Amino acid sequence: MVLEFREAGIYCPAADVYIDPWRPVARALITHGHSDHARAGHGRYLATQSAAPVLRHRLGEIALQTAHYGEVLRIGDAEISFHPAGHVPGSAQIRVAVGGEVWVVSGDYKTVDDGLSEAFEPVPCHCFISECTFGLPIYHWPDAADLAAQINGWWAQTRAKGQTAVIGAYALGKAQRVLRMLDPAIGPILTHGAITATNDVLRAQGIALPTTVAVAPGMDLKPYRGAMVVAPPAALGSAWMRRFGPVSTGIASGWMQLRGVRRRRGADRGFVISDHADWAGLNAAIAATGAERVFVTHGYTAPFARWLGERGYQAGIVQTAFDGESLDAGDGAGVAA
Amino acid sequence: MKDFAALVTALDQTTRISLKVAELADYFRTAPEDDRIWTVALLSGRRPRRSITTTKLRLWAAEAAGIAPWLFETCYPVVGDLSETIALILPAPQGRIETSLSGWIADLRALDGADDAARRAFVLRAWDGLPPVERFVFNKLITGGWRMGVSQKLMTRALAEATGVDQAELTHRLMGDWSPDNTNWAGLIMGHDPAASLSRPYPFALAHQLDLAPAELGDRANWLAEDKWDGIRGQLIKRGGDHYLWSRGEELMTDRFPEAAAIAAALPDGTVIDGEVLAWDHAMGRPLGFSKLQPRIGRKTVPKRLLADAPALIMAYDLLEWQGDDLRARPFDTRRALLAEFLRDLPETVPLRLSPAIVADDWAGLAAMRAKARDRGAEGLMLKRLGAPYHAGRRRGDIWKWKLDPLTIDAVMIYAQAGSGRRATLYTDFTFAVRDGAAFVPFTKAYSGLSDAEFREITGWVRAHTTDRFGPVRAVRPELVFEIAFEGIQASPRHKSGVALRFPRMLRWRRDKPVAEAASLDDLKAMLAQFG
Repeated sequence: MVLEFREAGIYCPAADVYIDPWRPVARALITHGHSDHARAGHGRYLATQSAAPVLRHRLGEIALQTAHYGEVLRIGDAEISFHPAGHVPGSAQIRVAVGGEVWVVSGDYKTVDDGLSEAFEPVPCHCFISECTFGLPIYHWPDAADLAAQINGWWAQTRAKGQTAVIGAYALGKAQRVLRMLDPAIGPILTHGAITATNDVLRAQGIALPTTVAVAPGMDLKPYRGAMVVAPPAALGSAWMRRFGPVSTGIASGWMQLRGVRRRRGADRGFVISDHADWAGLNAAIAATGAERVFVTHGYTAPFARWLGERGYQAGIVQTAFDGESLDAGDGAGVAA
Repeated sequence: MKDFAALVTALDQTTRISLKVAELADYFRTAPEDDRIWTVALLSGRRPRRSITTTKLRLWAAEAAGIAPWLFETCYPVVGDLSETIALILPAPQGRIETSLSGWIADLRALDGADDAARRAFVLRAWDGLPPVERFVFNKLITGGWRMGVSQKLMTRALAEATGVDQAELTHRLMGDWSPDNTNWAGLIMGHDPAASLSRPYPFALAHQLDLAPAELGDRANWLAEDKWDGIRGQLIKRGGDHYLWSRGEELMTDRFPEAAAIAAALPDGTVIDGEVLAWDHAMGRPLGFSKLQPRIGRKTVPKRLLADAPALIMAYDLLEWQGDDLRARPFDTRRALLAEFLRDLPETVPLRLSPAIVADDWAGLAAMRAKARDRGAEGLMLKRLGAPYHAGRRRGDIWKWKLDPLTIDAVMIYAQAGSGRRATLYTDFTFAVRDGAAFVPFTKAYSGLSDAEFREITGWVRAHTTDRFGPVRAVRPELVFEIAFEGIQASPRHKSGVALRFPRMLRWRRDKPVAEAASLDDLKAMLAQFG
């Protein structure tokens, strides 16, 4: 086997490396900077050059080697290369070739170009190890222009009522996508500390973001009534929110596709924005690899593997410690998964 | 249907009552009258008769989406709502059909005589011509079961705001068995219908649970105490020579309780009585348990054996209309005196009784009578202020229910199932068991009583401790103990444990209790012997 599934994570015996391991290992290849994929405590790290600043920001001083997209590295008996996954800036699929057999680990991915992350490229392979966070045919993402219009419409409406709009979005990836959808002509844009920090890292590597104001302790927020505040989802119900006075809240997440989740989450608005592939995206991506074997890792694994099996793939399920897209602890990620 | 879909979206997008009322009122002011009246009907639980089965809908939707039925059935519990599942799963529409809400309802009803092929063609064409929210609404018109976060009370408030008609008056107008087929906006809402339905009941007065010391209610002499009977709250109407028996849920029960005809025969025209329908043990002079009444609720016609087994009796609480006069503004003691006087002369054979006043000089004496309510087949006491009018709906101050504390038992969770609607992604529906040696015997289900945070925590636990799956149900390791509260316990041969509980719910999660300390089957049987 080119890759094996071990206690510590996905392992390549030919190269003696792990991919996104969840237990400390000597050498780890990292697909992207989200915390369920890039964990602390490994001996050495290897990731894309554009993922490196965020990894250093989140993990501190680590022994990190970087690679360009498409650059082939020889490690032991394996040829290893990173290819754009379209998930967040710097995210990659990892291609591993041993003796002419090619396997690809998708990490997290989306097939739609968000204009922020390096756009997804299908990588032909024999065996594809795919996430399937949204692997049910009820998930179809609306197009970006539609979403931008929804968010800006909500912001303008909120501002007209003298309220501040607060949108919950992941600090890495989602937040910047939302920022780039916002129309700065409507009003000022504020950011929560966690997002400010990630923005600084991404701006320093040349990613263009609209002008934002960092929310600081003790700051006078009166002049910012009617602003748009971008914050991590967890901040939405917290004491941190009180400083803004009357607000309207929104959440940007693929789970907002479901009316029940929207209502339970209790936000005023839900925007269906995900950095994972929807049903059509997953199916298109898998077909484009030409793979005959597919392992699914996290998400609706059981039904998705069965679906693939019925379509002639040799499909299996791998238990991993990846979260996919979570709204909060014990939430979202599919009761049927 | 565009404007109605916009209303649904707007109502979905806010949790604030005032905004919901404003959105609804705006719709009631601007939408076409036929759509308005249908909206009122739908929001008060009246839906067009189902012309297409949900089984068919599921099959057609799976076909249209190009997926196997098993995959559709996997999606359904994730979404938690059939109409929404279908709306999400279908490919994007290719056309655009502009038909009004009432237009769609008329089209659906025109399918009544059509064959399957015609129904299928109609539904597929609709799906292909409607954007997602309208698709969802269209499906809801077929399946029913609207949950739009709009209570009838909230809708009535919006109607009052839009029309200027008094809210209490509107509440009354909306009662009973109207449908957009036999009335219209002007007749029902604006009240221009002189022959306003004779069958229309009054809004029920409802009580809050007493949450203060009874002494705080003041002078005992200002209050009437009676047993809180555990049957079906109902309103018996005799007008224009006909009679109608309504449940509190505004269901017409006249045919289910032929006993009501015998009572009505003894009533003069223009009489409305508020009371409790009970299954009565005439030999013992006390109610049979609620489980005896239960088989009579579900059926439209009652077999003779059941009539003999569980004869119904109405325990009268109040007189709302007498000789055609609405008495609701009069003080309770006046209404009750009239009722008592009339009932005094009624022959024993007519199954209508005055709910007896509980005699006790002071609050302490009343508390002692309350403690013995179970012996009388009641679940506690009701306290009613003698000088109070008959209020519409639930209002604090003049009527209180003073129920007994529930019975409780510590039980072990053995199965979990996801909830629906708002709780679709959480495990909220649990099956509980008692110990029987090394085995666990299921005896009840419960869905409510925990906080969202607890349900979230348990959902994580369920995922990690699943031992088996049966469709949407997961068997879990028998490790979590919950205190289950319930109002009554009765023998039931239909249940594996041999008992059925009344109103079971989770009182608390007993994190402190090991499974070994949960109740045993013997404990449960002992409760049955004592309280059954």
